[in-house]
Amino acid sequence: MRKKRKLKSEAGALTRRDFLKGAGVTVSGGLLATGAVTTAQAAAQEGVVGPGPVPITLRINGRVHRLSLEPRITLLDALRDHLNITGSKKVCDRATCGACTMLMDKKPVYACTVLAIEAEGHDITTIESLTENGRLSPVMEAFWKNDAQQCGFCTPGFVMACTAFLEKNPNPTLEQIEKGLGGNLCRCGTYAGIRRAVLEAAKAMKGGQANG
Amino acid sequence: MIPEPFEYHSPQSLEEALRLVTEFGEEGKMMAGGHSLLPMMKLRLASPRHVIDLGRLSELRYIRESDGWIEIGALTTHFQIESSSLLREKCPLLPETAREIGDAQVRNLGTLGGSLAHADPAADWPAAILALDAEIRANSAGGERWIAAQDFFVGLMTTALAPGEILTAVRLPPLPRRAGDTYLKLRQPASGFAVVGVGVRLALNEAAHIERVAIGVTGIGPKAYRAAAVERELLGKPPTARRLAEAAARAADGVQTNSDLFASAEYRKHLASVYVRRALELALERANP
Repeated sequence: MRKKRKLKSEAGALTRRDFLKGAGVTVSGGLLATGAVTTAQAAAQEGVVGPGPVPITLRINGRVHRLSLEPRITLLDALRDHLNITGSKKVCDRATCGACTMLMDKKPVYACTVLAIEAEGHDITTIESLTENGRLSPVMEAFWKNDAQQCGFCTPGFVMACTAFLEKNPNPTLEQIEKGLGGNLCRCGTYAGIRRAVLEAAKAMKGGQANG
Repeated sequence: MIPEPFEYHSPQSLEEALRLVTEFGEEGKMMAGGHSLLPMMKLRLASPRHVIDLGRLSELRYIRESDGWIEIGALTTHFQIESSSLLREKCPLLPETAREIGDAQVRNLGTLGGSLAHADPAADWPAAILALDAEIRANSAGGERWIAAQDFFVGLMTTALAPGEILTAVRLPPLPRRAGDTYLKLRQPASGFAVVGVGVRLALNEAAHIERVAIGVTGIGPKAYRAAAVERELLGKPPTARRLAEAAARAADGVQTNSDLFASAEYRKHLASVYVRRALELALERANP
């Protein structure tokens, strides 16, 4: 019974998202035709923007994207709902679970708690950038080999947090791993596999085995 | 969860920010790292019509030393404090506290000034700032003033900041000779906030008696506080293990104690005395190398 109800609410959320997505496109299209220039000019002069959609430029995985978004849209929603870059997941949506972790200027951040407009001028890196021609990064490879996921929903966030962590701590102890990745949660409880994966990835990265 | 619509302002100077804060009054809300404000806005516990993003004021992101005092800009992140070599040498209590805050993602964006102005009763910085006898700078259109840490926390999520004021910096007096300090915390396992957090700075005189002691406690009551009853028991006395323990038993004297699913009021009271004792012992050890 409980399961059914949950499924129903998930389906509801999806519809709502699709609705918002559709509405966003229409509204921004309309504004682009009529009021966008005024908004952009006002923004340039006053540093004042919104509450309607305003031009926002994001640099994601080395590519520049120009969007028209309300200031209240988070970086995570901008990527998932407006750019169709959906590797980063939305779970708790309040800076707790880590599923949305991406890198901002090489540092891991909760994209659900950064406004897209705040992210202007920063370099954003997501899970999509880690594979090259279908080849997994050393961290991804280690997660795969060590069974470091079950349902896999937390995995992109973990992989991003782990990638940034190993950059700074190439020889981590288990204690450092637990503290360093403390911002990411796995409800399936695959922490044993994750610990093994991080240790193995550290080894692989030291061995200079770029891309596994 | 999406916040209510708001107008977004991104001032490029403190002067501009002050003008906006004055102009919007109650309808405006300042945002630093956004890690307290944005979740509240998503839950619609806060719905400001104007968000004034201080994030681009790089003039408020610094850690520097002058005349022995350390001054830290309000927009300095927890991570910058955690990794500052100047602070590790001159004021190790701050990096020690920063390491205990939230997690890597929170520390990369959350700021010292934002956390202090938010004044969450379970935040870590208030205890550290109280133990260090810090001063907090508030700027307004009319000028600036320094507020002693002890006068800064007024009540639950309420500070001494007046409307139109922006918290811009924190300054800390030099570490006295023969002094030691520490920050100890019991983390709420899910949120990472302090169930109890204790900051201590303790200095000894020539006779190895306690010349000065300041104890900041967070997580126990509606606001962080100085454990004055404990301090009074210790001042001028030789720091024997027994005396430290007896004094620490008064860590929550006169405090209206929080109670929640994780820790009852009685348990919190107990934790306060245990953590104050441990922090005193560790600070003493560090004062006596």
